[in-house]
Amino acid sequence: MNVRMLVNGAPVEIDVPGMRRLLDVLREDLGLTGTKEGCGEGECGACSVILDGQVVDACLVPVSQADGSTVRTVEGLAPTPGGGAGDRRLDELQQAFLETGGAQCGICTPGMLMAARAYLDAGGGPDEAAIREAIAGNLCRCTGYTKIVEAIARAAAGGAA
Amino acid sequence: MTIRTEPRRVARPLAPGREVTDALVVAPSQTTAGRARGVAPLRREGPEKLTGEAKYADDLVFPGAWYGATIRSTEAHARLLALDRDDGFDWSAVVLVTAADIPGDNVVSLISDDQPVLVPVGGEIQHHAEPLALLAAADRATLRAASHAIRPRTERLVPVFDPLASEHVFAHYEIGAGDVERGFAEAELVLEGTYRVGHQEQLYIENNAMIAVPRDDGGVTVHGSLQCPYYVHKALKRSLRLSDAQARVVQAETGGGFGGKEEYPSILAIHAALLARRCGRRVRMIYDRHEDIAATTKRHPAVVTHRTGIRRDGTLVAQDIDVVMDGGAYCTLTPVVLSRGALHAGGPYRCPNVRIRARATRTNTPPNGAFRGFGAPQTQFAAETHLNRVAETLDLSPLEIRRRNVYRPGDQTPTGQRLRESVAGEEVLERAAEAAEFERLRERTRRARVARGAAGPGATPLATAHDRTATGIGLALAWHGAGFTGSGEVKLASVVSLELTPAGAIRILTASTEMGQGTKTIFPQLVADALGVPYEAVEIAPQDTAFVPDSGPTVASRTAMVVGGLLLQAAARLRGRVEEATGGAFAETYPAWAAVNGPVRIDQRFEPYPGVHFDDETYRGDAYPAYGWAACVATVEVDLDTGEVSVLDVVAADDVGRVIHPVLAEGQVEGGTLQAVGYATIEEMKLEDGRYLNDRLATYLIPTALDAPRITSILVEAPFSGAPHGAKGVGELPMDVGAPAVVAAIHDAVGVWIHDLPATPERILAALGVTARPEEPGREGTAPAVRAATDAADTAREVREPIRAGTDPRPEARTDPLPLRGPQPEGEPDWPSEDDR
Ligand code: FES
Ligand code: FES
Repeated sequence: MNVRMLVNGAPVEIDVPGMRRLLDVLREDLGLTGTKEGCGEGECGACSVILDGQVVDACLVPVSQADGSTVRTVEGLAPTPGGGAGDRRLDELQQAFLETGGAQCGICTPGMLMAARAYLDAGGGPDEAAIREAIAGNLCRCTGYTKIVEAIARAAAGGAA
Repeated sequence: MTIRTEPRRVARPLAPGREVTDALVVAPSQTTAGRARGVAPLRREGPEKLTGEAKYADDLVFPGAWYGATIRSTEAHARLLALDRDDGFDWSAVVLVTAADIPGDNVVSLISDDQPVLVPVGGEIQHHAEPLALLAAADRATLRAASHAIRPRTERLVPVFDPLASEHVFAHYEIGAGDVERGFAEAELVLEGTYRVGHQEQLYIENNAMIAVPRDDGGVTVHGSLQCPYYVHKALKRSLRLSDAQARVVQAETGGGFGGKEEYPSILAIHAALLARRCGRRVRMIYDRHEDIAATTKRHPAVVTHRTGIRRDGTLVAQDIDVVMDGGAYCTLTPVVLSRGALHAGGPYRCPNVRIRARATRTNTPPNGAFRGFGAPQTQFAAETHLNRVAETLDLSPLEIRRRNVYRPGDQTPTGQRLRESVAGEEVLERAAEAAEFERLRERTRRARVARGAAGPGATPLATAHDRTATGIGLALAWHGAGFTGSGEVKLASVVSLELTPAGAIRILTASTEMGQGTKTIFPQLVADALGVPYEAVEIAPQDTAFVPDSGPTVASRTAMVVGGLLLQAAARLRGRVEEATGGAFAETYPAWAAVNGPVRIDQRFEPYPGVHFDDETYRGDAYPAYGWAACVATVEVDLDTGEVSVLDVVAADDVGRVIHPVLAEGQVEGGTLQAVGYATIEEMKLEDGRYLNDRLATYLIPTALDAPRITSILVEAPFSGAPHGAKGVGELPMDVGAPAVVAAIHDAVGVWIHDLPATPERILAALGVTARPEEPGREGTAPAVRAATDAADTAREVREPIRAGTDPRPEARTDPLPLRGPQPEGEPDWPSEDDR
């Protein structure tokens, strides 16, 4: 089927089977490999993207459901997406992750950032319990979540922590 | 940037003979010369990970690559008679590889040569999910169809699932000091107990993944998610009969390892390489979660029995410890895991008479292997839980009994190693206990327990009318040998290189991999510090066997201590050479010097640490060059209706020798602590007929952000003089203490000891006598007769008291003289009975 989406601000039109997973469309058809696959069954959140403002597991979404939607992935977070090596800019959430040590192996990070971004965009504040709730669907095996929560709280408080 | 570390809470140095170091936090931009820290640089590869640019194996694009798959056994023990192919299927569209197609040895090269790359027809299948054949196809649909069109024909053989009953022994050790029997004769109390732990899955979020690319020279290059490039390199050379240059191993960005990508990538790389050579194309083998859990290595299950002789004042006089580990179907790293487990089995305590007997046996279950802690978490869970029971019996606080027995400088370990320096067990213990207000909170939980107990008739054994939950606090202490066991490091003779190019680039060449723990950040940090140049001036070469020397595997928390130490030595040599020639400071003079004299490459090979000797034959001597020390205080809440445990808070104090990078070190402590909390509470592999039942993320649960406690990490520094920077490694320390601390806290809350991990609601309710006993961990298919036999070891604990009206079956007011006596005849318990299960 012909699917139209707005991916990280860019209009995309692509002819793929409607049942193809949004995750595969992003990673394989559009080359956006920032979104990861950890389980393929909605348990780990590594594939989290923001679909029309909501965090979803891209491994569970058939692309037909994303037709006409706005999709945001980790590649769309930074103010200058795709800005090559020299000018790699991070938004304040990414910067907070970098400074607090919220990313270790980094495989959960793109999904974690998208869950956190959706939380912040919905007006979420630096409250620890609320942050933990917001990222409860995103597993991280490296950090114990401490520094991830700290990073999100720092970004929520406006970067100054 | 703020670095959050705990201020020093004690004025006097607790580990005598060394100075209390300054506070850890150094003002930004101020780097202290000669000390590898100061302002912590940001994670080197952090920006790529945060923007999605970092390329993990599955993100790498190889045009025209085929997809590979593994045909696996569905039986635990059988003879492979044939691989029947469906004639209706168009086999020309796929490539099939069997054992007959292996050009070299059909062996996954590691310690023992028992594991085949693929089971040959006529050979024995030793475990469920064992690889039998390989397939590759141009697209996933064809691949799937092909894997359904091939059917292994087998003849069932009798499987062995019980490690205690298995007669095939992979390794055994006996470590002894003093005279245990005399020790027991001197003891005023003897306490026995058996503790069991099951499999634990590493559960890195990125599954195992490998891509093989055929080379023009007839060799193969693999790109994959892995910890140890040279393990893979060696394995490839042997099975594919390749020269050093024909086998090339490149580490892709790696999404977590924790030991799970230490030995397993070798077999996967061989599989991918065999397929790639066979079809003359690139082949991708990316496991999905189900395959990764079903087929890859786990933490070894263990059964540990302690018999401990104590004096009335809490002094340990005898320890007799028996360790049995389940190696699974093949040897893998089992002898080394067992060795570390055995060497740590007594815990960090002085005891004159010790006997530790350890063996690891074969069962028809998937092979077990490396996992953070490497045998030590299993045995120290048992040691700590047992010591807590000893303390309870003596009515001593868990803190006090540790104070009385913890190793101090000058003490001797069971292998005869004299602990000369860098001994910080007491310090981490005091720091954790103080920061967590252990004794004060313990008194509070004690009162709450008494109050619940007094709730009177009508109250159930668990919940009373007003209390739906009970809070408890628990403590654990551990040691962890830094680096490889025994003479491992000497045999390995690792090499690192440092390069200065004519263009003035300073480049680090090591095979140490980054898998999130921070290798790529601390190495440039150490070298920059030693050379007096900015962090940004030092590059790190990719982990690619075509470029980097064999600096050993990235395991055993050896990276910062051993490889980091070698880099510092190389940097000192480079600096000396340049400064001698120019007469000026390296930082100012090296660009011009390099332009004329470059390139220069300094190779630094490991030299044995002075004064460190170990005899592998007798197991006597310095088992490790130094030890890291860890203490943990956990606070839990137990739901009195359901038995569910929430771990609310953890205070962890870890002595890492020297903190190189506070943020990364804390990250290790926090991450390791949560893995330990998972091990203690929810992580459990269930087996049926040798197969993991819960082989998906929906069924094998790990802690989420909501399950995770608040973790406070206190970094303690008792430097090791053998390493130029004093660092001893950090990764594994927190894994040793989390589980026993949580189990002690559960006991503090509800009054029962949980001997088997994890402490699930089922086990807690059963221990409280509310429900029947669940399965033992890590075991299955245990016939009732076998179970009864293994329980015989527990007879000393079998007499129990009925649970009284309160939730706490412990004798609360212990006003009577303690029932202390000498060694007890078998089967006659002499300490206050308690519900053990
Ligand atoms: S890959 Fe989608 S939730 Fe795990
Ligand atoms: S950083 Fe490794 S899984 Fe989260």
